[in-house]
This record gives sequence, structure tokens and C-alpha cells, in this order.
Amino acid sequence: MPDTHVHRAHHFQDLGKQVHAERLGMWLFLGTEVLLFAGLFVGYSFYRTLYPHAFAEASHHLDTPFGTLETFDLITSSLAMALGIHFTRTGRRRLSVAAVALTILMGLAFLGMHSVEYRHEYLEGMLPGQYYHFAELPLAGASLFFTMYFLMTGLHSLHVIAGVGVLTYLCVRTYRGAYSPAYQTPLELGGLYWHLVDMIWIFLYPLLYLI
Amino acid sequence: MSQSAVVSRRAGKNYLNVETSVKSWLLTRDHKRIGLMFLVLNVGALFVGGVFALLLRFEHLSPGPTIMDAITYNRLFTLHGVVMVWLFMIPAIPSAFGNFLVPLMIGAEDVAFPRLNLASVYLYVAGALIALWGMFHGGADTGWTFYTPYSSMTPTKVVPILIGVFIIGFSTIVTGINFIVTIHTLRAKGLTWMRMPLFVWAIYGTSIIQVLATPVLGLVLLLIALEHSLGLGIFDAARGGDPVLFQHLFWFYSHPAVYIMVLPAMGVVSEVIACFARKNPFGYKAIAYSSLGIAFVGFFTWGHHMFVSGQSTFDAGAFAVLSMLVGVFTAIKVFNWVATLYKGSIQFRTPFAYICGFLYFIVFGGMTGVAVATVSLDVHWHDTYFVVAHFHFIMVGATLMAFLAALHYWFPKMFGKMYNEGWGLVSAVLIILGFNATFIPQFWLGNFGMPRRYYNYPERFQWLHVASTAGSTLLFFGFMIILIYLFIALRFGRRAEWNPWGSRGFEWRTATPPPTHNFDQAPVFTHGPHEYHEPHEVDLA
Amino acid sequence: MNEFLRRLLFLPEQASSVAPGIDHLHYFVIITTMLMSAVVGWTALGFFIRFRRRSEIETTPRIEPGWKFETLAVGLPLIFFLAWFWMGFHAYIRLATPPPNSMEVYVMAKQWMWKFSYPGGPNAISTLHVPARRPVKLLMTSRDVIHSFFVPSFRIKQDVLPGRYTQTWFEAVEPGRYQILCAEFCGTDHSNMRGEVVAMRPEDFDAWLNEQRRGLTNRQDMAASAQEPVPPLTDMVEQGRRLAVAFACVKCHTIDGSPHIGPTWLDLYHRQERLANGDTVEVDEGYITESMMDPRAKVVAGFNPVMPTFQGRLDGPDTAAIVEYIKSLRSERINPTPSGGPAYEPIRGR
Repeated sequence: MPDTHVHRAHHFQDLGKQVHAERLGMWLFLGTEVLLFAGLFVGYSFYRTLYPHAFAEASHHLDTPFGTLETFDLITSSLAMALGIHFTRTGRRRLSVAAVALTILMGLAFLGMHSVEYRHEYLEGMLPGQYYHFAELPLAGASLFFTMYFLMTGLHSLHVIAGVGVLTYLCVRTYRGAYSPAYQTPLELGGLYWHLVDMIWIFLYPLLYLI
Repeated sequence: MSQSAVVSRRAGKNYLNVETSVKSWLLTRDHKRIGLMFLVLNVGALFVGGVFALLLRFEHLSPGPTIMDAITYNRLFTLHGVVMVWLFMIPAIPSAFGNFLVPLMIGAEDVAFPRLNLASVYLYVAGALIALWGMFHGGADTGWTFYTPYSSMTPTKVVPILIGVFIIGFSTIVTGINFIVTIHTLRAKGLTWMRMPLFVWAIYGTSIIQVLATPVLGLVLLLIALEHSLGLGIFDAARGGDPVLFQHLFWFYSHPAVYIMVLPAMGVVSEVIACFARKNPFGYKAIAYSSLGIAFVGFFTWGHHMFVSGQSTFDAGAFAVLSMLVGVFTAIKVFNWVATLYKGSIQFRTPFAYICGFLYFIVFGGMTGVAVATVSLDVHWHDTYFVVAHFHFIMVGATLMAFLAALHYWFPKMFGKMYNEGWGLVSAVLIILGFNATFIPQFWLGNFGMPRRYYNYPERFQWLHVASTAGSTLLFFGFMIILIYLFIALRFGRRAEWNPWGSRGFEWRTATPPPTHNFDQAPVFTHGPHEYHEPHEVDLA
Repeated sequence: MNEFLRRLLFLPEQASSVAPGIDHLHYFVIITTMLMSAVVGWTALGFFIRFRRRSEIETTPRIEPGWKFETLAVGLPLIFFLAWFWMGFHAYIRLATPPPNSMEVYVMAKQWMWKFSYPGGPNAISTLHVPARRPVKLLMTSRDVIHSFFVPSFRIKQDVLPGRYTQTWFEAVEPGRYQILCAEFCGTDHSNMRGEVVAMRPEDFDAWLNEQRRGLTNRQDMAASAQEPVPPLTDMVEQGRRLAVAFACVKCHTIDGSPHIGPTWLDLYHRQERLANGDTVEVDEGYITESMMDPRAKVVAGFNPVMPTFQGRLDGPDTAAIVEYIKSLRSERINPTPSGGPAYEPIRGR
């Protein structure tokens, strides 16, 4: 295939090895991302065992229906992303562009919804550490819940922003026809990253909103 | 030898002179040039950290103020730690020698992601510059461990240094991912896992630790930076937080980080000892697997830094027994190295002198290591000079010896020049003696009860401090001699032969110095790298 | 032999009951390590000489280890290391467990000084008076950063943390003066954060304590008349009483045995309380501090969960003072049994 040479770097013997290397590299990178969040998950579980009562109370003050909507939004966006890769693989470029664009829009919608939530919490005084002044919940440990909440969702939102940036780049590249059924690894890797961002949210959502 | 990947020995163009513009260096994607840039940066960091150390030693010539005040002292020992740990020890062997050698050793043209590799240089430089900026605008006085609550409330500028180290962490992660992927996907035809050079095994183990542990460090440094600048109260006892949680997260990275430093050193030793004993490493598999064993167990021993921090007795016992296992893995390696010498043909050259130093430091440093892992003894030793001397022996002494051995062993490969053997031996002796003279008194100081990070100390400790300072001066002279004769070698040195040590390592198969694309034809491996028992063919070409 | 090795290794005097045992393990570990290292070193040296390169074309045999060598290489160090671990861990358990009849002293560390408070007795700064040949348990907390209480002559060290209590103990064998050092870096004057343990003969100590207590009352009388600022040295129980009034604890908790909004404090210490969730707890220091910091965690049956948290409002020493005050409220003035058990963990909700 002529366009495989365009993508292959000189130090790989063939494109197959290169794709293998790129995938392995991406999975390792995703591993480091998981470990980055792992530190926060450890912190969360540790403080939850110290203040089970306060954490349970505090989590009831989060907007659960809104959080559910966000979860729904993100999971659907993952489906759209998977479809985008599928369409490129089967050579339907326009559909693929549309699916990736939909993913981006849903990512932006998630960010929008979350900023509405942040605004609400800011107004109520449900803030981390020294800024905490939420009158309904004077329990020890409640401010820690919101510290962990803001750290975890904040770091996650940064990842969503990064993901939206990456997907926008990939969307433009797809539109310009850079990927074909023979080679679409960057799009696939971008998709992997987006799924990871979703996965992390799927863990955050029950920990912060439900239990 | 049927290794097919040999180029003509007198190839005119090599990776050094194929292009010479500054731009060709700054934008290079050649793993050899990147390795060389890391080498220069690391030596620079070693020099800066060494000067800090020397100043600290001079301050200790007398109790109380000698040449600086308490705040300066506190900043200096922090910077000494930060520079030596993150700018020298962690990247020293993997980033400099690993980058240069791993593709050569596995018969690849380059690492898997050359552009990311270049990015890791710039991340390192950016992190170092930010940290340096912080040092000159207030510095930090927390110690390189950044223990909170002190690091959350210190008036000094701790944030830029945290950010700097965070960015250097990225550089480490990128290097680690690159090596793992390279070793998995770019091994040349015929190079099975059990034929890989032991150095590559060690780098593989190191990279796994780098990839798994560094993100946690990155996170915890960010948390401390947020805590310091915004007061989020994550570790603040007054808001219900727990400062000990920070220590757990910090040591979860920083204990494996010790193995990031020492595993590559062990890899270097396996290579060099095999070459100068002209013998296959005794127990190749044991050495290779114990690297992975150390990488694995190293993740479960972090609590031995916290025996007196108030963790439960059960935790202390569990961490103590796991720490002992690391000692066992290290012991296996030491026995195998010594046994490699048996019935060998030993040639005593400068790199081998450093290997002797390495064996000495790893045996004594390791033995004091299992001694401090003996919980009840550690209660007395914790946070004293005994621990300082212990980790300088095992982590600095061993790594530094291996770094110098690697530098002298692969110097001809990297630059195509030879250095003066006589001066090499003189400085090796000076450095090993100086290191002992510096740190043996510190073992005694620790037994005596001298806590670390003490600006002012009770008078009874003084004469041991003076002895230690004298030793450090010797050490400094040793390093200066190396710097001078290596510089002379670069300018005026004799042209190196193609394979001056008669090594069987794959990296010597190609021209010295190697051409830009390493091998003219794709190499095919039919032998292991250390098969010195094979009939010795004179030219291998 | 002991004395010779101690001097050779530069160890300080063995001034506590545990020190000789720890030093003996120390000698054992150091001697075995030196022997093992020497064997490895001399073997290597022997090989250097025996197998030096004699000609440039020398060849070597291929030697691979058999299973015997590998087993030995793993087994021998493992046995030694596990033996050390076992001995060390035993001694560590002893170090970590104060004898039940220990005298208790509260230690508060701050940048850069040590403050010692005796229950029902005086406070002191930098100098810890203790009786020799009697176990002393230290309950330690910090007001700011992490410090570490280190007495080289006793071979003890324990980090002192803000927001919770850690404990250590010692028994000085001879009257004497022993240096206290701070071992955890705590800021600019870390190296000057020193103190002294003064071990006295038990009868001297009792006399000293009585004198201090008398002096305390005298000084308070004088302070009242001469309008001097109140001296910093106060009785912990008295201080706790004042704090209990100042923080309005006594508006809900009576001290005469009658139930009010909260449980009475009289005879509270060591009482078995039934909780709202059906469990029972024994009221000890841990439960009291927990209830101050996280009042809704374990509510006594029959009372409403209305108590606010004092997290962040009461610091370590204040909390300790109130606990001592509660402990002192007993209907019959018998000596309360000493509180053994684990360290107090005031902020934990367990």
C-alpha cells in the first residue's frame, strides 16, 4: 500500500511493528495516568475511613441527578468515539468526522455542566480547606471531602480539556483525509485516551456522588 | 562469529562528525547524541551538587556558624539533595548511557520514539531551569523529602522547586516508556530475551519502576505545591488531614527511586565485570531475574522510612521483612559477580578499578542496609548520620562507581578517543579513598547520636566532622583530575581502537564511534552478548 | 566486651533499661556483617590475584551455577536476614509497648522547644524530670510541624506529629542527665531544639514533684496579689477546668452526676457506655478526644447528636488538659487505674 511508507519511521522494519510500538507506548502512558489518579484515590479512601460519617453526609450535598447526566454524557461520547474509529476503518470518512465532532461536543457539554456544578458549590461555600464555609455541614472531615472532590474532579476536568484538544486535532486530520482503513493508529490512540478519561469518571462518579 | 552486523572499522563519518552545527545537536533525534547531551547535563549537575556538598562539609568544621548562617545551610542541604537525586542520580545511567547503548545493544537503529526522546532532554532542561530559578530566588529549606507540614508553611520558595522536579519527573516517565517499548519491539532478529545483555535487563527493570512510581511522585509534589500556595488542607492536621499520608505517598515513589538509581548501576557492573574477566557472567538468569525481583519488591518496602513515624507495630514488621528480601536479591547479584571472576582472565584497568569500588560499596552499604532494616536498631539510627552514611554508600557510592566505570568503559565508544590509563587509576584510588574517609566517620557519628540536617551540633561530634570534611576534599580532587584528563583526552587523546577492551558486547560490533544509523545492515544475532568462552576470534569482523 | 565494643562503635552510654539489649543486637549484626563482607571481599581479592590475565589470548571456560550454589546464595543471606528481623522485631515490640505501670508525662513540641506537663503536676520547658528505675510513658503531640523525640543514651526515638498523639517510653537505669535532640528537620533552629532528661532518684523525684506543686500554688497566690501576668506553669487539671468553662462544655455536661444535654463527666473515665447503635465502648482518652473532634461518630444512647465539633478549635495540649480534667472527676477519690493501650489518636474516627 503506497501510503504506509508515508507513516512508517525509518527505524521500524515494517508498519506492523511501528503500530505495535505505538500502542504499547500509549498503554504504558495510560498506566502512568491511572497511577497519577491512584494517589488521589488512596487519599480519598484513607480519609473516607477516617471520616465515614462526614464523607457520607457531604456526598449527599452534591447534585446527584446532574452528576448522573454528566456520566451518561461521557459514556455516550465514548460510544461516538468508538464509532468514529470504526467509520475510518471502514473508509467512511465523513461519518467518522461527524462522530469525532460529536465526541468533542459531548466533552464540551460535560465541561459546561461541571462548571455549573462548580459555580453552585462555590456559592454555597462547599470549598476545599481554608475556604470551606458551608453552614449545613460543620462536621470534621467535611472540608476534606470537598478538598478531595475538587482535586479529583479538577484533575479529571484538566484531562477532559486535554482530551478535547487532542480530539480536535485528530478531527481536523481526519477531515483532511490523513487516516485510511490501512493506517489510523493516531485516531485509535486518541480514542484510547478518551476512553481512559471516561473510565476515570466512572470511578469518580460513584465514589463522590453515590456512596 | 557469525554476527552479520559489522561495518568497516574505519568508516569516515560517524554520529559525531556527520553534522556539526549547533542546530544539528539541538534538534537531533539520534539516541547517541541525546545520550551525550544527557551525559554533559548530568556531569554539570554532579559538579553543582558536589560543590554544595563541599560547602556543607566545610560548614561542619566547627559547631555553629563557620562559613554560613543556619538558613543558608538549610537551603544548601535541600539543594544538594534535589540536585543530586533528581538531576544526577536518577537520570545519570539510564538517560545518558541507557540512551546511548540500549539501541546499539539490541541492534536497533534508534529508540522507538526519537522525538519524545528529544523532548525528554528539553523537559529535563526546563525542569532544571525552573528549579534553578527557584534556588536563586529564595531556595527551599525543607530537605529533598519535602515533609509536610513544614513544607506547607516554610517561608522559602518551595513551589518553583516542586514544579521543576515535577517536570523532570515527566522527562523520566518519557525515557522509561521509550525504553520499555524499544526493548519490546525493536530487538533485532535473533535477539531473544535470554540473549539480551544484562545492562538491557537492568534498564528494563529500571524503566518499569520509572513508569509505575514517578506519576505518584508527580501527584504528591503537586499536592504539596497546592497546599503551600493555597492552603487546601489535604495534609493539614488542623483540618482533619494527616501529614503521615504525605510520607506514605512520597516514599511510595522515592523508595523505588533508589532502585532507579542502583539497578542500572548493577547492569553496568555485569557488563564491565564480564569484559574484564573475559568470562560469561556467572548465573545470567539469576542476575537478570533478581533485577526484576528488586523492581517488584522495591514497591513494597517504602514503610521502612517510617519506623518511628507512628505507624503500627505490625506495619513496621511487615515492611522490615520485605526490606530484607531486597537484601537477598542484592546478595544473589554480589555472589554471582564475585563468582564470575572465578577462573576468569582478569585485566585490571580503570573501569575495573571502579568495579572493585562498586563491589566494596554495595557490600558494605547493603549490609548496613539490612542492619537499618532491623527495626529496633533503626529506632536509634533513624534520621542520624548513620542513615546518611548508609545511603551515601549504597545509593551514591555504588551508583557513582558504576557511573564512572561506565564513563571509562564506554568513553572510547562514545568519543573514539583514549584517556590516560595512569591518571585514570590514580583518580580511581583517590575517589574510593576519599569516599571512605568522608563517610566512615559519618557511620560513627550516627552511632554517637548525631541527627542529620543539624547546622549546630554538640561539641563532642566535632573531630569526626573534621575527619569527614578532610575526606570530602580528597574526593573533590579526585573528580577534578578526572575532569581534566578526560578533557585532555577529548582534545588530544590517542585515537581509540575499534574494540579496545576486547569486549563481546553487541555495542562494540559496529564502528567506533558508531555511524548515525548504528548498523549498515540489519544485524542478526546468533550468540549471547557475554559468551567469552567461545573461541576468541581475533577480529570478529 | 560490651564496654569495648560500645566504645569501638562510638555508641553513647547505655542509660535505659532497653539500651543494653539493643546494643547487643547491634554488636551481633555488625560483627556478622563485617565477617560476611570480609569473606566476600577476600574471596574477590583472591580471585584478582589467582586469575589475573597472563596473556592476551587467554581463554576462559564457561561456568554456570548449579542449583546447590543458587540455593546457598539465596538461602544463606535469607536465613541471616530473617534471624535479624526476628530479633529486631522482638526488641521493637518491647520498645513500642510501655509497661502498664508507667508514669505518664505529656510532651508538646513546637518550633523549637519541648514542653513537658505532668498530670496534676507542673509544666516544664526543655527539662524533663523523671524518676530513675521507674518506667515513664511520654504522650507526645506537636503544635506545628513534625518533630522527633530522640534521646541517644536511651536508644529511643519517636516522631511527634501535629493533630495526634504518639507515644514512647523509657526507664532510666541511673540518675543522671541525658540530652534530648530533635531528629526530624523542623525549620531554621532545628539543630538547637534540644532538651535534657534529668533522671533523679525516685525519692528525690517525689520530693521535687511535691515542691513544684506547692510552688505552683504559691506562685498563683503571688500572681493574684502582685498583679503579675499569670505564669505559664499551671496544673493540667486546673487548666482543663478553665478550658471546659471557656468552651462552654459544662453547659451541656454536668460534673455532679446528673444527666443533662450530654452525658455527665463525673466518673465518665473508664465507664462502659452504651451507644445509640447498640455497641458499647469503654470511655478512655481515645474515645473522649474522638468525641470532641467527631462528636457524631459514637453517640451515647439516649442523647441527641447535637454537640458541635471542636476540630481546629482545641489544639493538642488543650485537648489533653480537658481529658485530664475529665479523668480527675471521680466520685470516690481513688487512684484511677493507669490507661495502657495504644496511643491516643484524637482525630481518628475508628
